[in-house]
Amino acid sequence: MDYFFELFLGGLTRGSIYALIALGYTMVYGIIELINFAHGEIYMIGAFTALIVASLLTMAGFKGLAVLALSMVVAVIYAGAYGFTVEKIAYKPLRQASRLSPLISAIGMSIFLQNYVLLAQTSDFLPFPSLIPKFGFMAPYEPIFSSSELVIVSVTATVMVLLTCLIKFTRMGKAMRATAQDRKMAMLAGININRVISTTFVIGSCLAAVGGVLIASHIGQINFYIGFIAGIKAFTAAVLGGIGSVPGAVLGSLVLGWTESFVTGYISSDYEDVFAFLLLVLILIFRPEGILGKSRAQKV
Amino acid sequence: MQDLKQSAFIAFWFMLLTFPIMVIRVNTIEKVVQWRWMNLLTVGFGAFILSYLWRFLMLRKETKVASVKVTWNQKLMSEKRYYLPFAATVLVLTSALPFFVSDYRVNILITAMIYVVLGLGLNIVVGLAGLLDLGYVAFYLVGAYSYALLNHHYGLNFWLALPLGALLGAVAGILLGIPVLRLRGDYLAIVTLGFGEILRLIMENWNAFSFGPSGIANIDRPGIIGIEMTRTQSTLFMYYLMIALAIFTIFVVNRLQDSRLGRSWLALREDEVACQAMGIDKMKTKLAAFALGATWAGMMGVIFAAKTQFINPMSFTFLESAIILSIVVLGGMGSILGVILGAFIFILLPEELRAFSQYRMLIFGASMVLMMVFRPQGIISNVRRSYEYHESP
Repeated sequence: MDYFFELFLGGLTRGSIYALIALGYTMVYGIIELINFAHGEIYMIGAFTALIVASLLTMAGFKGLAVLALSMVVAVIYAGAYGFTVEKIAYKPLRQASRLSPLISAIGMSIFLQNYVLLAQTSDFLPFPSLIPKFGFMAPYEPIFSSSELVIVSVTATVMVLLTCLIKFTRMGKAMRATAQDRKMAMLAGININRVISTTFVIGSCLAAVGGVLIASHIGQINFYIGFIAGIKAFTAAVLGGIGSVPGAVLGSLVLGWTESFVTGYISSDYEDVFAFLLLVLILIFRPEGILGKSRAQKV
Repeated sequence: MQDLKQSAFIAFWFMLLTFPIMVIRVNTIEKVVQWRWMNLLTVGFGAFILSYLWRFLMLRKETKVASVKVTWNQKLMSEKRYYLPFAATVLVLTSALPFFVSDYRVNILITAMIYVVLGLGLNIVVGLAGLLDLGYVAFYLVGAYSYALLNHHYGLNFWLALPLGALLGAVAGILLGIPVLRLRGDYLAIVTLGFGEILRLIMENWNAFSFGPSGIANIDRPGIIGIEMTRTQSTLFMYYLMIALAIFTIFVVNRLQDSRLGRSWLALREDEVACQAMGIDKMKTKLAAFALGATWAGMMGVIFAAKTQFINPMSFTFLESAIILSIVVLGGMGSILGVILGAFIFILLPEELRAFSQYRMLIFGASMVLMMVFRPQGIISNVRRSYEYHESP
């Protein structure tokens, strides 16, 4: 039973990280129906920026939480800026184009960003300092549930609540929902579509960076390729939960996290990815709109 | 003045944006920080120049009126008196080529032609039927592994494997197609992506069956019974075999396009509902597209295994699917000439750019984005049949 509980908590942590990335996917997809393949790369860039800032700060003599907070802030700002720029260059000129063009553009952007980091930094795995401090009160539970896992889960939960509030109660959130429903109509109602889409990209990218910093600090190493796998997994999670829906993305991520965790624990770690994709394929076949997604009637 | 200010701002923005990653490199183990200020200047200068170029291209794209004039390539493809001599010249040139270039180059040309056929196969699915398939490489894998495994265990002959690979590819296409083809658009894309990844991961982990990441080596090259071939000769033989297969593919795809089935694919791509109303069986038509696309992939898988004589799961990653898809889209969706050109550009250009080998994936990614922004119809746009209404006098 203890083993089960351990796997359950491990899955929860995994799922929380996926959720932070999946939210970006789901928001962007909800608004412009684009699979933003470059999203995983933003997460990777966030982690790299944090690594650079954290190393500089550590060398300058800063310690503990200050390093974590500062590098997190810088990483989030930079990821937001990257998200904004990527949207302006690769997606905005393609608003009127057919569905395939933005997708190809996104794949191209993803390849570009990967190689940009590869060339400017390194292709090796870099050690990432564990920025999250160990709390004293967590000491008895440490073997099953570490402090960093606690931080990851609680940060994700907080972010989720904030995001839900943003979408439900603010003017911008309302504009986002309107744009997602009907872009043309929202434009007629006086909503600045370009600003809404930019904001969505920036928010999504910031969340990805939060995820990037937390997971890098938890796992302890990064390289230029981490974004790709994480991106595909998070996208899987978003589709699983019902793409375009915020609670769906979280639920999908948790389901995916638990699936992987239990498969690793009870079957074999070799097959965790196989089961993750198998779950996706099965869900899409039997419930194409995802767990929480609403099936929209097709207009003719 | 306005332009100058804007460009200066863009240059500043990019310098700011790329600052941490381009300028600072930290060696965490030796605790050394490397500041590369030159990079910052390069980025600023580059962004400044490129922003002018970007604006110029944008302006040109916006002011260009949609013209209906017949372009040279449409003329080339549609009129017999142009395309027959053209095709003959190309055929003679490609047949003569191996005598002028090294073995290594011939090998690359074979690869390029494999991609031509793969591109044409995917073109059926994506370009004609409008089904976005991000896991096309799965069928390629099926072909390659079926030949490699059968050859390894039972010594299966290449000439038997070729049709068998095609058949297995088609079967895989139908098996995947039946459950997933009811999905629309992006969902289909993701399921196919997932399927491709599942197959690759199974091959990577099921050591007893597929020899895992270490792959299968010493796969037989195609031969003719009774003739011993040297390495150079067998490469040459593969080259001509590939030319023959490419011509066969072009012929079949071209005929398919104009067939009843091809017309229904186009109709399905344009409007599913209207298409069904016209009495076209949606499922059957889509399945046919999937299966026919997969057939070529399966066949090319066999060729690939025979050419490299060694396969492992790393050759069948998602990037491979992305490259084939890019060939189709950048070359010009639905256009046969475009796909052929696209494949050659995609495979040969990076090889010629060996000197910049570090930068080639960077350039590859950037050109995908730029191409989509400035020329989304691809290098050679598809010849679309159009009918004009003329008032009778």
